[in-house]
Amino acid sequence: MAIIIGTLEQGLSYGIMALGVYITYKILDFPDLTVDGSFPLGAAVTAVLLGKGVNPFLVLLVSFGAGLLSGILTGLIHVKLKVRDLLSGIIMFTALYTVNLKIPGKAYVPLFTETTIFDMEFLQVFGSFYGVAMALMVTLAAKFLLDLYLKTKSGYLLRAVGDNEVLVVSLAKDQGLVKIAGLSIANGLVSLGGSVYCQQQRYYDISMGTGTIVIGLASVIIGTKLFKSFSGKWVVSGKIAGSAAFLTRNRKGVRPTTAVLAGAVLYKACVAGAMALGLDPQNMKLVTAVLFLLILVCGMERKRKVKGNA
Amino acid sequence: MLELRGIRKYYNPGTVNEMCIFDDFNLRIAPGEFVSVVGSNGSGKTSMLNIICGSIDVEGGAVFAGQEDISAKKEFERNRRIGRVYQNPAMGTCPNMTVLENMSLADNKGKPFGLKPGINKARAGYYREMLAGLGIGLENKMQVKVGVLSGGQRQAMALLMATMTPIEFLILDEHTAALDPRTADFIMGLTDRIVREKRITTIMVTHNLRYAVEYGNRLLMMHEGKIILDKGQKEKKALKIEDILGLFNRISVECGN
Ligand SMILES: Nc1ncnc2c1ncn2[C@@H]1O[C@H](COP(=O)(O)OP(=O)(O)OP(=O)(O)O)[C@@H](O)[C@H]1O
Ligand SMILES: [Mg+2]
Repeated sequence: MAIIIGTLEQGLSYGIMALGVYITYKILDFPDLTVDGSFPLGAAVTAVLLGKGVNPFLVLLVSFGAGLLSGILTGLIHVKLKVRDLLSGIIMFTALYTVNLKIPGKAYVPLFTETTIFDMEFLQVFGSFYGVAMALMVTLAAKFLLDLYLKTKSGYLLRAVGDNEVLVVSLAKDQGLVKIAGLSIANGLVSLGGSVYCQQQRYYDISMGTGTIVIGLASVIIGTKLFKSFSGKWVVSGKIAGSAAFLTRNRKGVRPTTAVLAGAVLYKACVAGAMALGLDPQNMKLVTAVLFLLILVCGMERKRKVKGNA
Repeated sequence: MLELRGIRKYYNPGTVNEMCIFDDFNLRIAPGEFVSVVGSNGSGKTSMLNIICGSIDVEGGAVFAGQEDISAKKEFERNRRIGRVYQNPAMGTCPNMTVLENMSLADNKGKPFGLKPGINKARAGYYREMLAGLGIGLENKMQVKVGVLSGGQRQAMALLMATMTPIEFLILDEHTAALDPRTADFIMGLTDRIVREKRITTIMVTHNLRYAVEYGNRLLMMHEGKIILDKGQKEKKALKIEDILGLFNRISVECGN
């Protein structure tokens, strides 16, 4: 039971982060490694602000803002300085490592006594699922806002820039700015996920960002693949995935954002399952890498890009 | 009016591959002119269009749209007044977005892309009507992703989208080249109709000599970065495909082929 609850809580907060990765990887077609830095950035900001007694919901917002900034910087490096996408992310997450050390002033901050979003009184009605309830609320709020945004004109432009940059230029819009905006929103979500995760775990650790991109990508690919192959049939493994999908069910089947959240929970469940079966935590990274490779190979679906003016 | 003044353009300047494609290139296109441009491969047609649109930088000279010098403007800024259709039908539409979404995007050109709903429901009827006007059944595919449409269907949409909002100049680069002859004829007819209806100043690059002779009111032939033939309305009427073909062959002989 404790394992299930823990999996759901973590899966959901990683889900918020995965929504950000969904924007960069699926919508912008930009493999953004910034997330390995922006996830702990959200956590670092959270650790400091919670320590100062700031309202934990306000802390969520500030963390989101910090993520927005880091995304803008990655975007500026890529668009204005014309550095390749992967390298821009590498530069940013390397820089953010120091930032993430400097913000709290140390590599580890315990948060045992601070008031977090998980300490709200109204959560008592959910019994031992209070943590899941809170994580679900924040996650769904983020998801619905993102869904709404993607249906606006601005959201359309974001989708267009990943689909066909030439068209965005034809629409007399600066494609660079659109990309920067997309990276910014994406990393905002990643930092928000980091903040929720940090409040849930009740500690900040500089190393909590390592491998975030892998978790994010795995969630996105698992989620979107799974729901594509079973589109409309509701063959969903995992209880929460099912109920989350039900909540947002619409005529066209599962929204990609829902699929991504389900993917994150599923991924966490797989990892928890492996641990329960006695996987040595020391082998964790290797197993993760192999698993990720499998997911990538099975989900091979790189879209062909439109290029050039000739 | 569209004008290129004293354009100089080098590819790979400062390297062993340096190549001067334009040296003091001048062209003036009057408002409402529909110019068809022909010329051998590598004669600089696409380069000329890219220079007009700002897709590539130049080493010298200026581009004028109307009385305004637009040389310093970026490509996306120039596109407010310019519509462009490419040879590749995939370039003019978003494959992962639906027909309706694509139309909505195009309809919003020149306006702010803010937080209003992406699709203006009140306009959907108008899009449907416009698509129905094409006569290829696209009006029944409003919810279909453009990526699954055929090249001809996509090119028809690209043309519609490029000319949906008021533009002054239409730039067409071999926009029928990737289509089968029947579809090409259809797109060419559609182009002519739109250009006449909206009175857009148009430059159309084509390798189809029949289109070049039949459509438009001015014909240019380019060779090695120079305009070697420029026929206005009256002279163009008298022009036959054979004449252009003859000139083509003469050039090739001079080049030693
Ligand atoms: N990006 C580039 N870098 C280097 N050289 C280029 C580049 N683009 C074009 N060129 C060269 O400039 C010349 C003109 O090319 P351009 O594409 O303008 O020809 P075109 O008239 O459009 O030919 P086609 O009929 O084959 O489309 C060619 O010799 C080409 O090799
Ligand atoms: Mg060309």
